[in-house]
Amino acid sequence: MKQDRTARIIVSILFVGMLAAPLVIKWEAARRGRGGQANLDAQAALARHGFYFQEVSHAAGVNFVHQAPTLDPQLAPIMPQVASMGASVSVVDFDGDGWPDIYVTNSGEGSKNALYHNLHDGTFKDVAEELGIADVNQPGTGVSMGAVWGDYDNDGYEDLLLIKWGRPELYHNDGGHGFTRVTEIAGLPPWVNANTALWFDYDGDGLLDFFIGGYYSEDVDLWHLKTTQIMPDSFEYAKNGGRKYLFHNLGNGKFEEVSAQAGINSRRWALASAAADLRGTGHPDLFIANDYGVSELYFNDGKHFHDVSAQTGVGFSPKSGMNAAFGDVLNDGRYAVYVSNISEDGVLIQGNNLWMPKEGTAGDGLQFENLARDLGVELGGWSFGAQFGDLNNDGNLDLYLTNGYVSLDRNRSYWYDFSKIAGGNSIIIIDAKNWPAMEGRSLSGYQQKRVWLNDGAGKFINVAQAVGVTDTYDGRAVALVDLWNRGVLDAVVANQKGPLLIYKNMVTPENAWIEFALEGTASNRSAIGAQVTIYWNGQQQRQEVSGGSGFAAQNDRRVHFGLGKDPHVEKAVIRWPSGKVQTLDHPAVNQILKIKEPA
Amino acid sequence: MSERTTASPVHPAAGTSARKSWLSLDNRYIAPLFITCILVGGHLSFGMLESYQKTALAIVASIATDTVLGRIFSGKWPNVASAYITGISVGILVRSPAFWPYVLCSVISITSKYVLRVKGRHIWNPSNFGISALLFLAPETVATLSIQWGNYLLPMMVIWALGSVIIWRLRRFHITGIYVVSFIAFAFLRSYITGSPWQSEIAPLTGPMYQLFIFFMITDPRTTVRSKKGQCIVVFLVAFAEFLLRLHQVVYAPFYALFIVGPAAMLIEMWMDSRRSPSVGARAGASAANA
Repeated sequence: MKQDRTARIIVSILFVGMLAAPLVIKWEAARRGRGGQANLDAQAALARHGFYFQEVSHAAGVNFVHQAPTLDPQLAPIMPQVASMGASVSVVDFDGDGWPDIYVTNSGEGSKNALYHNLHDGTFKDVAEELGIADVNQPGTGVSMGAVWGDYDNDGYEDLLLIKWGRPELYHNDGGHGFTRVTEIAGLPPWVNANTALWFDYDGDGLLDFFIGGYYSEDVDLWHLKTTQIMPDSFEYAKNGGRKYLFHNLGNGKFEEVSAQAGINSRRWALASAAADLRGTGHPDLFIANDYGVSELYFNDGKHFHDVSAQTGVGFSPKSGMNAAFGDVLNDGRYAVYVSNISEDGVLIQGNNLWMPKEGTAGDGLQFENLARDLGVELGGWSFGAQFGDLNNDGNLDLYLTNGYVSLDRNRSYWYDFSKIAGGNSIIIIDAKNWPAMEGRSLSGYQQKRVWLNDGAGKFINVAQAVGVTDTYDGRAVALVDLWNRGVLDAVVANQKGPLLIYKNMVTPENAWIEFALEGTASNRSAIGAQVTIYWNGQQQRQEVSGGSGFAAQNDRRVHFGLGKDPHVEKAVIRWPSGKVQTLDHPAVNQILKIKEPA
Repeated sequence: MSERTTASPVHPAAGTSARKSWLSLDNRYIAPLFITCILVGGHLSFGMLESYQKTALAIVASIATDTVLGRIFSGKWPNVASAYITGISVGILVRSPAFWPYVLCSVISITSKYVLRVKGRHIWNPSNFGISALLFLAPETVATLSIQWGNYLLPMMVIWALGSVIIWRLRRFHITGIYVVSFIAFAFLRSYITGSPWQSEIAPLTGPMYQLFIFFMITDPRTTVRSKKGQCIVVFLVAFAEFLLRLHQVVYAPFYALFIVGPAAMLIEMWMDSRRSPSVGARAGASAANA
């Protein structure tokens, strides 16, 4: 009896300890995170983290504020969450002057997109109107959701593919002096509710093709609804989204839609896509992050795409995919894929995914495992766009993430109603009229951003507040770019119903860097798909020229490598999309190398 | 949610017949089999599990804890069916990117059975206690299944049909039935009060979380009162408490409602038993302690 009582006392104490355990874990996590979250001044941040951001949009002459669309009145009760995308940013050197420019989309009916021309003196000038790519959101044509740039006719000037909830558009760049709309000639469809697109040369013929991923079904006109049954039929398994398009470049200014022949037939709700050669085949594989479901990965054999989502592990555990970005985060020459999802304390903890290649797998047997928690990049609120880049030039890829969904009344949340409807049966969730009215309430609004610094030892630490990223707008797209050719990556952030932010990066000068501005000859002239691997100090890092990544974004086409202090660079190896391999021995650091594909 | 198996409603006299004994044994494992079918079916058709490892971890932790504590406190090896259901329930209902909540939730759930006892009876449904505790204490890491398993009609109909047959056979359909009717009535009342579409108020009931809640958790014989009338009243009060919590926009209203009402009902029953006849109360306590 006494023994029994003693045992009961011991177990009771352990029981109380177990109940206290989550609180201890929470306290310890908060204590650990505190160091990286303290607000620091520029000098302190430089000393501790090696870089500091300063938001300079106004000083740079950029005063762009995104406007959201006003859709069919039947959607009025939930308008803030339906009309919650459209802010995008893409980097392009549209006039070939060697200085990156910025294109941003607007989404109000009649609102105008902007092309900020880099004036080389720290300021920009909006030239979209005079070049003919501003007034693209006219009522009846839909509104902009994103833009990606690629030189589809290899004339040396980047052309504009504009995706919309509405009519997609292709604009030919006329030598940097203007743009000609070639949508019909190119053969684009009349209406796609798209949120993602990218340029890539999937068949290696030296001509850029492009992919468009639909979100809402393409037969839905969001301004003139025939039915309110337009919402996903499941919160995590929906397959009633928009179709996918793969446009093969025929080389005469025309494109042929070949998605079905190529094996891409998904109707999931695509929000982001990115392409990279994951297996060393020379062909870019395609990753699609889907809202309301699992992600999809297609291996590309140069003609056909093979859905390998399940076999590679990424098509498991459905979430709310909103981002796709590749990065060689462990400096081992292999790409990880970062997919953003939703995490809201006390309601929904999906966690973001960092799909890392599994040890011992490669080629067609390549598999991924989600190591976001292990590496510390899992929880980012209602996460949207994210990009990898070496922000402090220490030789490791860091991660910039923006977030926040709908910021309205700070004191009233829509989460309860959202969780209520999201768990319901398809016949309820699919109909917008069944969704409770938002009535000015926020849904994961006013969130703090994440700037995760890679320590090079397998851990990322959030230093956003410490390095000056303090905004709480509803972030959508992030693009990383060396705006002023200084050898550092600046960050440009497009916010929904908010200002375009330009975070100018100041990096400790002790750390070296090198950048590659590539131009294809046998390959597509934008060099999209070219891989650069740099070998230095006994390590390597691989990057690839991208035709679109993140969420509704496109980074600088130049690839940027940080190299740390006193680097000894052994070589840089460029593998062009044509298959040619070019080796540069002992390239000098702290310079932008302009490389033309050798004949 | 963890006690369905060991508290078969089959009358003790049935044990005298081999056929009835076989049926009794069968009844003990109906719920584990059903919940396993839900798990396997849900995962194969929809990939509903966060990961195999996490679910396995929850089951192993639950069984191991029950085995150790059962041995310590009763001196014999307990039947693992009950712990298996607790573990599998935690594995399905808890959703977290981390591993530790699965272990901790299982261990807390099982330990609560042995620690939180009044007159020899544990008064909280173990998995309800464990899940509620974690949702309250670790909201930044833990959520519950509310949106898994698709939102499609066919799986819902299959589970409702199978669940109803099983719960009928176990003579506890009245609990599920009263709850569902009460929930629907309160849903319309909430819709009237808040102005939300009635479909959105009904929506949670059509989701997978509720399928587990209504067939397993609220029907747990060990943590419900004994009389049929009392069970009806209590489950109505659970629905009413949930109604009040939902009016205050509490996301996990059903768990918290059961967490509050269940033990209160048990305590009241014990108090009434002791008032009626001290010997009845003592017998009930002794019986429960030996169960």
